[in-house]
Amino acid sequence: MGSTSAHNNEGLGRRDVIKRSAALGLISVPAMGFLSSCASGDSGGDKKVEKGKVSKTNPLGVNETAPLEVVIFDGGFGQQYAIDAEKKYNEAFPKAPKVKHVATQKIQSQLQPRFNGGTPPDLIDNSGAEQMDMGVLVGKKQLLDLTPLMDAPSIDDPSKKVRDTLRPGVLEMGQFDGDPVWIMYYAYTVYGVWYSQTALEKLDAEYPEDWDAMLALCAKAKKKGVAGWTYAGKYPYYLPFSLYPFIGKIGGREVLDKIDNLEPNAWKDPAVKAAFEAYYELYKKGYILQGTPGLTHIQSQTEWTKGKALFLPNGSWVENEAAPTTPKDFKMMVSAPSSLDSSDKLPFGTIWASGGEPFIVPANAKNPEGGMEQLRIMLSEESSKNFTQQVKSLSAFNGGTDGLTLSTAMQSGVDALKKAGDNVVNPRLQDWYVKLQKEQIGVAGIGEMMAGRATPAEAIKKIQAFADAAAKDQSIKHYKHQ
Amino acid sequence: MQHGKYRFIVGFLTVPLALYAVFVIWPFIQSIYYSFTDWTGLSPDFKMVGFDNYTRMLKDDIFWKSLQHSVLLVLLLPLVTLGLALFFAFMLNVGGRRRKNATVSGVRGSSFYKIAYFFPQVLSIVIVALLFQFAYNPAGGVFNSALKAIGLGSVHPDWLGDPNLALICVMTVLIWSTVGFFVVLFSAGMASIPKDFYEAALLDGANRFTTFFKITLPLLWDTVQSGWVYMGILALGVEAFTAVQVMTVGPGGPDYSTTVLPLYVYQTAFRDGQAGYATTIGVGLLVVTMAFAAIVMRLGRRERLEF
Repeated sequence: MGSTSAHNNEGLGRRDVIKRSAALGLISVPAMGFLSSCASGDSGGDKKVEKGKVSKTNPLGVNETAPLEVVIFDGGFGQQYAIDAEKKYNEAFPKAPKVKHVATQKIQSQLQPRFNGGTPPDLIDNSGAEQMDMGVLVGKKQLLDLTPLMDAPSIDDPSKKVRDTLRPGVLEMGQFDGDPVWIMYYAYTVYGVWYSQTALEKLDAEYPEDWDAMLALCAKAKKKGVAGWTYAGKYPYYLPFSLYPFIGKIGGREVLDKIDNLEPNAWKDPAVKAAFEAYYELYKKGYILQGTPGLTHIQSQTEWTKGKALFLPNGSWVENEAAPTTPKDFKMMVSAPSSLDSSDKLPFGTIWASGGEPFIVPANAKNPEGGMEQLRIMLSEESSKNFTQQVKSLSAFNGGTDGLTLSTAMQSGVDALKKAGDNVVNPRLQDWYVKLQKEQIGVAGIGEMMAGRATPAEAIKKIQAFADAAAKDQSIKHYKHQ
Repeated sequence: MQHGKYRFIVGFLTVPLALYAVFVIWPFIQSIYYSFTDWTGLSPDFKMVGFDNYTRMLKDDIFWKSLQHSVLLVLLLPLVTLGLALFFAFMLNVGGRRRKNATVSGVRGSSFYKIAYFFPQVLSIVIVALLFQFAYNPAGGVFNSALKAIGLGSVHPDWLGDPNLALICVMTVLIWSTVGFFVVLFSAGMASIPKDFYEAALLDGANRFTTFFKITLPLLWDTVQSGWVYMGILALGVEAFTAVQVMTVGPGGPDYSTTVLPLYVYQTAFRDGQAGYATTIGVGLLVVTMAFAAIVMRLGRRERLEF
């Protein structure tokens, strides 16, 4: 330590070497080199497989001997349902080699280089934290139009097209602008207000159908030391799961459409204000569980299953995700948001439901017909039932629950959809403008309001500014409701 | 022995320099090139857009906020961490009561403390961040439970959920996880300072305070300086990114109160599919890093003692 050489005739001194290498090492910190290696690859060098003969059992004209590669996101839904469906593919095309099945949580890091190099797999479950931005993929013409699949006869009933076997909203979600269908959402998620029937029974209460009843119930719960609501405070973009349908219910579908279309002053609609104020009242009256702004989704779900709070805005995956902490007699249920008052445009029951697990077939896939055929198989009643049974989620296939014993949570989801009928809303911000929805509206807008650091008026003003900026931003692709 | 020395050095350096050029320098040049394009990162076609990304960056509030936080980290983290580490190391090595047969010694149990301080270093930052996420949990986390236990139940901060506390929470974690390493590093440095210096100082009636500033710190300066560089890398690079990504609201929140440059690069590239713009922010980060390196190098120049 401390004895550094002063012999200057040695050329490169130890100290100089250290100094320079330290300087160079510093430079390397922000290197984005990992990105650059892939962009310059050439695109689409490989040829596609030849199309097979179209027949009754092979309406898409799958090449019967071509290999098929499927990449599945190995997340909350696991991968077994896909493996089962791939077996069906091999049964249908015995001459084809065994379907190449890849399961990963790293969709983007694994597939981005392959997209850039023009050699993507044939079918991808583009889901999870490393989801590839679908708007960009569509904009850059990297996806195959799935219309042939939609128009193909379904497996169970050849007189019915695949598009007619889907649940409401699934097909539209796969469209971006115009008719082409780019994405097939395989799972079906019900969003809303989640609660424990047991906890409500303890308070001699039913699910409150209007906001006054909601406030009264929260007041009653507060006296017993139970909070009314909690939510994923660290990821406040969970709040819209019940807030958006609430807005849609108060002001009608058009309000939500305007918001999605990024129209000027869309957030200044009285329905938005009314809904925000109603939620803000929960904070002001102290009906939000203490500490909620610092809870992750898991932590908030745990507080909720522990019975510390009655209501939780969430999606139907919560049953699976909260299973480890859910008591046996919890009786998990979901409901559509309560009415604000009798002047709401849509009836009680209006709910948000939409597709999840987006499956895509890349435009440069070698065997795109095979990819679509695999989807057609997955959309059969048998595969759908298998999916529902394994992962406790509905699928995009309309039906497929008959004869299954469902949990209270799933049954309440099915009932809620039945009650909603046509009044299923489907706000699109979360798949069209991810940054706007999560970081700006969710965290910086609604999150701040629910933590009590912004009034509804301030939050709305802020959100409107974010939306205006997004509408003006030329570097993001814009979409409109059809 | 001057003859052929450079050839000798060059012969040894060719391979590492070539590797360095291919894997470090070249990606740099490429990144700078991509910062002038509208590359999405998801498809191989993109075009040049000139300085568009740069003008956009200069007008981008979030970029400035991230920059501000990164600069704050780079200034504060080394200062606090190294300060604490120096204090601890001094106490462990020199700060103890005078005992028989030893002019200077550490506080009682100093060898145990050394291990205890070093312990966080063996945990990866991801694990540390996850653990602290539990500790910061406002409902039933360690901190709020402790507050409750000592009768301060009415004080219940939201920690990471509070924009005024969130960045401090993140910094605390980074300091906690790195201070031990420097305690050990500085201890090694202090151990090599000859004891006679202390003896002489003590004979002259110097107190601990004076010995620290007049003897320990000047003789340790080289080590402190490398520590400074290392902490800077950590504050601008992967550690700060990881802690913010794993722990904070959003991540980067609440309301952008914890976002840092590497996180913004990551989000822009991989969430928003705007790799071109992300490389532009990366170039911004590069400038900050170079400035930091230049400042450290300049400030660090000092007269050197030989012993």
